[in-house]
Amino acid sequence: MMKTTMIFGTLVSTAFAAGIASASTLDDVKARGELVCGVNTGLVGFAAPDDSGEWKGFDVAICRAVAAAVLGDQSKVRFVPTSSQTRFTVLASGEVDMLVRNTTWTFSRDADLKFTFAGVNYYDGQGFMVNKDMGISSAKELDGATVCIQTGTTTELNLADFFKVNNMSYEPVPVETNAEGQQQYLARACDVYTTDASGLAATRATFADPENHIVLPEIISKEPLGPLVRHGDDQWADIVMWTLNALVAAEEYGVTSANLEELSKSSPNPEIKRLLGSEGELGAMLGLDATWAKRAIAANGNYGEIFAATIGESTPIALARGLNAQWTQGGLLYTPPFR
Amino acid sequence: MTALPGPYVRTEMLPQQPPPIGQAGLLRWVRENLFSSVLNATLTLVTILVVFSLVRHMLPWFANSVWTAGSLTECREMLDGKTGACFSVVADRWNQMVFGFYPVELYWRPILAVVLLLAALAPMLFSGVPRQLLWFSVFYPAVAVWLLWGGSLWGPILATVGFGIAFMVYQSVARLQALLAAPLALLSLMVWWLWGVGLVAGVAQSIVPLDLTEVRSHEFGGFMLSVVIGVTGIALSLPMGILLALGRKSDLFLIRTVCIGFIEFIRGVPLITLLFTASTLLNYFLPPNTNFDITLRVIIMVTIFAAAYMAEVIRGGLSALPTGQYEAADALGLNYWKAQRLIIMPQALKISIPGIVNTFIGLFKDTTLVIFIGLLDPLGLTNSIRADVNWNGIYWELFLFVGVMFFIVCFSMSRYSMYLERRLKTDHL
Repeated sequence: MMKTTMIFGTLVSTAFAAGIASASTLDDVKARGELVCGVNTGLVGFAAPDDSGEWKGFDVAICRAVAAAVLGDQSKVRFVPTSSQTRFTVLASGEVDMLVRNTTWTFSRDADLKFTFAGVNYYDGQGFMVNKDMGISSAKELDGATVCIQTGTTTELNLADFFKVNNMSYEPVPVETNAEGQQQYLARACDVYTTDASGLAATRATFADPENHIVLPEIISKEPLGPLVRHGDDQWADIVMWTLNALVAAEEYGVTSANLEELSKSSPNPEIKRLLGSEGELGAMLGLDATWAKRAIAANGNYGEIFAATIGESTPIALARGLNAQWTQGGLLYTPPFR
Repeated sequence: MTALPGPYVRTEMLPQQPPPIGQAGLLRWVRENLFSSVLNATLTLVTILVVFSLVRHMLPWFANSVWTAGSLTECREMLDGKTGACFSVVADRWNQMVFGFYPVELYWRPILAVVLLLAALAPMLFSGVPRQLLWFSVFYPAVAVWLLWGGSLWGPILATVGFGIAFMVYQSVARLQALLAAPLALLSLMVWWLWGVGLVAGVAQSIVPLDLTEVRSHEFGGFMLSVVIGVTGIALSLPMGILLALGRKSDLFLIRTVCIGFIEFIRGVPLITLLFTASTLLNYFLPPNTNFDITLRVIIMVTIFAAAYMAEVIRGGLSALPTGQYEAADALGLNYWKAQRLIIMPQALKISIPGIVNTFIGLFKDTTLVIFIGLLDPLGLTNSIRADVNWNGIYWELFLFVGVMFFIVCFSMSRYSMYLERRLKTDHL
């Protein structure tokens, strides 16, 4: 009631209180009644506010699943839009509880920046897009091409490596943002536009004539994108990781938001029973209740449902599952067993 | 005797003849201004050609514009291959561009805050408005904070009253012991803010509850965010700037050094650095889990940045005043503050008007830099809107819209400053 009035008072008191308190992230989130999740300021299909200000997208759905698991309500999330410059500091400083911002899991980010990656929610890789009238069908034919490339990114380094390895030359056209790259490419200031394949697909979908542009089959880098949390709070890292795993496992076992209720009562499969909390004590081991995973799946469906609704083939972005299919389908999604 | 026909004397005036056709009206204006020489004629023709080709290219884009589609694809279908703008995105996201994520049912609050802002500004901007309204202007910041963020009205109001209390403490102590007055006034202000406000507001709240639903800063966005940052920055930077400018010219070594250090340090650092400091570095200095509102941090940084510039603008005005004015004030026996208030400042500020408004306009436009720390100002929102599959790939329409909105605000400020300069003109040229 008087929060605004006592701005100085609260400042001072929180300064003292926070200095003493070192509660775990889980306790903080529960006490706050709200999960604070860092997301992209706007990336097609992954995170964006819709016209009513509601955040939607593939990354956003992960945040919502964690909120549903921990707090029992997927709407109890506050989304903090982060730029690529601020994302790591807001996480490190504790301004957000977790970060799901299409962030590539790399050695240095994990070890040097002191973060813990809680799995991979999207396996991406760098690709190339060219105009069809160039008559090119492989990235190996790109010798001498002009390439629009975002400066200061890992894609820039990957590009240099790729052309060097294949003994080809190229002329870079540096761009600052994806929007600029898109405009330059359409104005034919460059022959090739290169960025993450998911980004290329999303960009291509916006063209007035997408059929005249092709994404070349070569993927020249590994970009495993995943949620991350601060180093040192293993319980919280476990919660985020196993929420993600629960979504993946649910798809593997055929648990969907539609048959969730029914399966939790009548499924004979013990793995499903343990997942949905009708058997075993898995929730308690995480510091949550028995039906945490059930709520996480109920929020927006299992991994496959989220994928289909946000970036899948029925959406304008039309990404194929590819590497992000279950291991049984030739993809890389392989969750450790729930037992 | 009959009158001889003498020399012819005209008895009535000849009606005035219109000037020759080449010396009047449009034709003359055209000839004098557009075709006075071969060079001018060539330039005119070239300009006409350029303007014509620009209009020819842009007119269909505007004329065919679509306002009702639900997505870019729909726009393209409706345009059916013709060039045309897709302003539907502005229509679709109007609320978001203006209010950000502010709850829809509470839109009346920011709107009311803007209306009241105009009312509070009126007595300061125009001389014809009754002076009593200035009292409302004094309390406007409290009301605006209450309307925008919600909560209890008592807190902000009582915080404002603190200045009155500090002033009274200063007045009464100054009569007895001049040196102690300022520190004591400051101390009473601190005590009042830290304990008094909370206590009295609690009591007042229990007697007359004046409560609004709380809205947190992270729900601010779009033009609302720009205006909140811009207006607060503008309103606070002018008084801060005046104090800093006076401090810099002060004879007291400590005050002068502090002011010079502050001004030079802040001016020597780009605003974006200060914003990054606000968004990232401060978090490391503050204890973990301190929830020091990012919007508030940004407002503070923008304000001190603008204040440093303002101080130099005003110092320019002070330096432009002839020494005679200072000496005249002394000769009249005015003390320092009276001399400043009655003689120095009115003239110095008048001289500085173009510079001051220049800083204001710059400050307002600089608010778009918050995009780099992840706040969704109008430009930040264009990116978020593009991230919606419906509007992915739309550029010019959004940027044009944001540009027009900023132009309206900045142009009004510029016009007002010219009006003010004319009104305050006292020389006889």
